[in-house]
Amino acid sequence: MTALVISSIGPASSVQDGGRPGSQRYGLVPSGAIDRLALAAANALAGNPPFAAAIEIGPFGASFTARAGAVRVALTGAPRNADIAKRPVNFDSSMTLANGETLTLGFARGGAFSYLAVEGGIQGEPMFGSLSVNARAGLGSPYPRPLLAGDELQVEAASGATERRIELPAIAEAPIRVVLGPQDDEFSDENKKLFLDSEWKISATSDRMGYRLDGPVIKHLHGHNIVSDGTVNGSIQVPGNGAPIVLMPDRGTSGGYPKIATVISADLGRFAQIPAGRGFRFKAVSMAEAQKELRNFAQLIGALPDRLRDLENFDLNLEALQDANVAGSAVSAIDAGTWDSQEPGIQGSGL
Amino acid sequence: MAAPLSPPRLLPSGDSAITVEFSRDIDDAASQRVLALDRAMAREAISGVTETVPTYRSLLVHYDPLQIGFDTLSEKLVALAGQPVPQAAHTRRWRIPVAYGGEHGIDLEDVAKTLKTTPDDIVARHVAGDYRVAMIGFTPGWSYLSGLEKFLHMPRRQNPRLLTPAGTVSVGGVQTGVQCLAGPSGWHLLGRTAVRTYQLHREPTFLLEPGDRVTFARVDDKTFAEQDRAAEAGEIIAELIAS
Repeated sequence: MTALVISSIGPASSVQDGGRPGSQRYGLVPSGAIDRLALAAANALAGNPPFAAAIEIGPFGASFTARAGAVRVALTGAPRNADIAKRPVNFDSSMTLANGETLTLGFARGGAFSYLAVEGGIQGEPMFGSLSVNARAGLGSPYPRPLLAGDELQVEAASGATERRIELPAIAEAPIRVVLGPQDDEFSDENKKLFLDSEWKISATSDRMGYRLDGPVIKHLHGHNIVSDGTVNGSIQVPGNGAPIVLMPDRGTSGGYPKIATVISADLGRFAQIPAGRGFRFKAVSMAEAQKELRNFAQLIGALPDRLRDLENFDLNLEALQDANVAGSAVSAIDAGTWDSQEPGIQGSGL
Repeated sequence: MAAPLSPPRLLPSGDSAITVEFSRDIDDAASQRVLALDRAMAREAISGVTETVPTYRSLLVHYDPLQIGFDTLSEKLVALAGQPVPQAAHTRRWRIPVAYGGEHGIDLEDVAKTLKTTPDDIVARHVAGDYRVAMIGFTPGWSYLSGLEKFLHMPRRQNPRLLTPAGTVSVGGVQTGVQCLAGPSGWHLLGRTAVRTYQLHREPTFLLEPGDRVTFARVDDKTFAEQDRAAEAGEIIAELIAS
């Protein structure tokens, strides 16, 4: 049976799909991919439904080997150096590993999480309708824990479909939009202004439960203990030390710190991919604008298949251009939005 | 006619959820209104509402803004919350066995000392309580109970423990609770139960519902050990004494 073998992998890498909403009243958080657009784009390339399970790869390097057959996969999300048997491959593209070939990925550059979707999806036993890993709850399939080297995913043999690339909208470095509340009245106007006007950085101690923010200390009006109430993805809670935490898909379903604001759904993935150490800002928007952006986001995901392009001629051109030693500028001209960050990879591979 | 109920505060929790807040504090009346609105929501099955999450003082309503707008949903929530609080048609009542003290309840003696009484008195008071599941949250099956006798109210620990055992029964502030999975806790550990409030591959996976009534019964360590083995094999252990 055809398998994709995890030859090597770093921490914070796990199988994730659209998650398992519906049991938060029992304390079970939905989990699911941290960057839903990147997940859906990878699945579009692989010919899968948008929120099928894929491998969410944490910031460190990883490698995957096809066994007992060819495996067709697609890569999206945080770009990295990537090659199959020393041949460089592109992000935001599909590719096929021949039997025994290995796809090798370097460290994430310009983001934290990349997605590897497999044509036909990953085989497993859904729990509450999802394969997503939630290690604390013992959920996730085929492994109820983050992936480890030596793990094997049962997959379908490659169909031989034409390889595709996908044209995604350029990722804006615009502020991360929030809707104030639910407990913004636990903060003075001065502290709300400080929250919205300051530059923030994502702390290195962040994980799938929460992203901790480095920046000014946000003070509460009435102390930091409120009676626990429900949380959502993107809740920005402010604990006693005044350093906000943005709650992510593996959050607790309830929390007892005041929540000053909530990241809008359409910006959650973009927020999650801000590299540690890069400054960013928040911007408050109205409910109407947040929901308009969510509609646009849902439309973008629904229309991803329209953004697929054939890759065939593209590969050919790339080789010719590399021979002519003008790869950097010419490649950018082919696909300016996504290629830019790949340049060091191509040069680094010695081509 | 009863006086009209004060309207809850509707607080936006991002673009896909509304927090319906009845109180800023833990109070039983607020908790009952939360649970009543939760039942009303289940009855009404408003199109576009995806799930509801009761807590002590508020109901978090998740919805799909592509199906129902913030204003429309808010109006419906205010109307439902303003209705008189009906009693639940039937309330399940569970008896949960607990091994108190010793290795299973390492804080029992300290709690007794702090409250200037004996460990047995603490246990007698805790098992005498008639509790309601006010919310289940944080981690799967962590059941927060209201109805703790005032004598047993205690501030949480200054330094939360990073790891407390699965099945721990503890008190913290005005609350008592049953935690299902091992994990961090800042509460005072009185004992352990073999009951799994969350267990995969068991029907039902989640034992308790918000609104269920709970009482505790003291068992010895030997009984706990036997029950724990049976629970591991999928037995429910908790006794359903009314439904």
